[in-house]
Amino acid sequence: MGMTVVEKNLARASGKSAVRAGDVVEPRVDLAMSHENAALVINQFLEVFHGTGLEPRVWDPSKIAIIFDHRVPAESSKTATNQKKVREFVAAQGITRFHDIRGDSGGICHQVLPENGYVRPGYVVVGTDSHTTTHGALGAFSFGIGATEMASVWALGGAVNVEVPASIKVVVKGLFPPMVGPKDLILHLIGMLTAQGANYRVIEFHGDAISRMPTSGRLVICNMAVEAGATSGIVPSDKETLRYLRVSAGVKDNIDIVLPDLDAEYERVIDVDVSHLVPQVACPHTVDNVRPIDEVAGTRVHQIVIGSCTNGRLDDLEVAARILRGKNVAAGTRMLVFPASGRIYAQALERGLIGDLLGAGAVVMNPGCGPCLGVHQGALGDGETALSTTNRNFKGRMGNPSAEVYLCSPAVAAASALTGVVTDPRKGAQE
Amino acid sequence: MATVAFVAGDDVSTDVIYPGRYMATVLPAETPQFAFADNAELNARLKAGQIPPGSLIVAGKNFGCGSSREQAVSTLKGYDLTIVAESFARIFMQNAINLGLQVVVAPGVQASAGDEIDVLPDRVMNRSTGNATPTVRLPEARQAIIDAGGLIAYTRTLLLQRRGRG
Repeated sequence: MGMTVVEKNLARASGKSAVRAGDVVEPRVDLAMSHENAALVINQFLEVFHGTGLEPRVWDPSKIAIIFDHRVPAESSKTATNQKKVREFVAAQGITRFHDIRGDSGGICHQVLPENGYVRPGYVVVGTDSHTTTHGALGAFSFGIGATEMASVWALGGAVNVEVPASIKVVVKGLFPPMVGPKDLILHLIGMLTAQGANYRVIEFHGDAISRMPTSGRLVICNMAVEAGATSGIVPSDKETLRYLRVSAGVKDNIDIVLPDLDAEYERVIDVDVSHLVPQVACPHTVDNVRPIDEVAGTRVHQIVIGSCTNGRLDDLEVAARILRGKNVAAGTRMLVFPASGRIYAQALERGLIGDLLGAGAVVMNPGCGPCLGVHQGALGDGETALSTTNRNFKGRMGNPSAEVYLCSPAVAAASALTGVVTDPRKGAQE
Repeated sequence: MATVAFVAGDDVSTDVIYPGRYMATVLPAETPQFAFADNAELNARLKAGQIPPGSLIVAGKNFGCGSSREQAVSTLKGYDLTIVAESFARIFMQNAINLGLQVVVAPGVQASAGDEIDVLPDRVMNRSTGNATPTVRLPEARQAIIDAGGLIAYTRTLLLQRRGRG
């Protein structure tokens, strides 16, 4: 019996010829990513070495990436002090893939990693962030872990006691209709699977709609695979993966393509045809509470958010700018835009997208996680409603448990910004 | 025997257990003050010491879904709570094992606040209702981390074998 992509990646990383779902392995890690929570990882890392008489050194400083994105610039002295502590550790350990709060090389970890070519097909990637599933878009097995587990990785260079996950094969066919795209696909799929439907599983994406999908879209669907409980989303690497890594990320060295075997074993196969898919909206307070847009159109919206590790990429900003160009954000609605990285911000500026968004009344913020996790830069008032291209709508998510968050694509968010109510972007397009 | 302090439904997220706005607080000694911070009554009962150590939270499916924040585990561990749920989200479960928070997987478990429950090796016995619910054993690989006293101790042993005196 052949192997799935995750089985191949884990076999390679464990020095075995083959592994099977259910096996327990100790893979070496190709990339270990953290953000501000590196402050806790450092604490736990020092604890591991406590009393051993060994000098606390990370196993390989070139394989650790630390990106400040969750609270940038710092919203409090506490965060600023944590960030300072991380900077000192980075310097002392010689960690090179460190992205500080900067307008050029900074940004959200799940954009900074791909755009710098840090992730390759075949890799095993761990990150102290649940949306580490994102990097499966480049053919890696990439999963979220806690801070103590990351401390263990920093010490040992591998992950201990990893159970090889079974895979769900999702075959996506058809051409997306206008104003419908990867975000609608993944919301639709999460609605089908439920928030726990893929727990302890990998979702491996196939089909002609995936082959045609640029890496920016693949990052969206793998990012949100975790919202169905998946350990990782994975798109088997292909021509588009190579194009992205060579052209966009500037990778010069060897890239291995890792494909699943034709006789790989999947726990289940799900077919999705996107040719009749309509815009999807996830309603409060769970991501699997997904409805077609008709059922929520007209809901009053106080805050629109476009950005995040899910939908803050150049094509997302392009869609929004095209809809908003020369028009105005509705009175009584505020619109916040967070480009996913400094590089994307610069590209959007060069193409005039930032000007279009500002001209329409949007507030363009610095790259970062923004209000998605409820810390700063856009908290909601009591009883207010947000419509957001981010990935979570749990109670309290945007800083206020009495507010509501709806999730949608950039097209839906932009069309709704013009009206102040949830609006089907296809209607605007026909006018 | 332990008392059920609180009963929750399905999909209790880490944003509910430990709201994101407190994530700048990271140390296990400091996180307990923000446990269920958006549920003022429950948070107040915990902080006032009205929920004795060893008490239970009984929940539905997918407890701890959402972010990887370890604070969601250390905040509960700080009160020495045991979580009995029909199922857990993967990262939360792993964090609980790594930090030594007691978690029990009991599909179909039912309880009300105030019930008295025995957590036995193979089942949970609700003395108040008389119902027993079988529990799912942890995979051996995870049990090994618990037996070592958590992931820090487990890693320290491996580290000494690999780097120490070698």
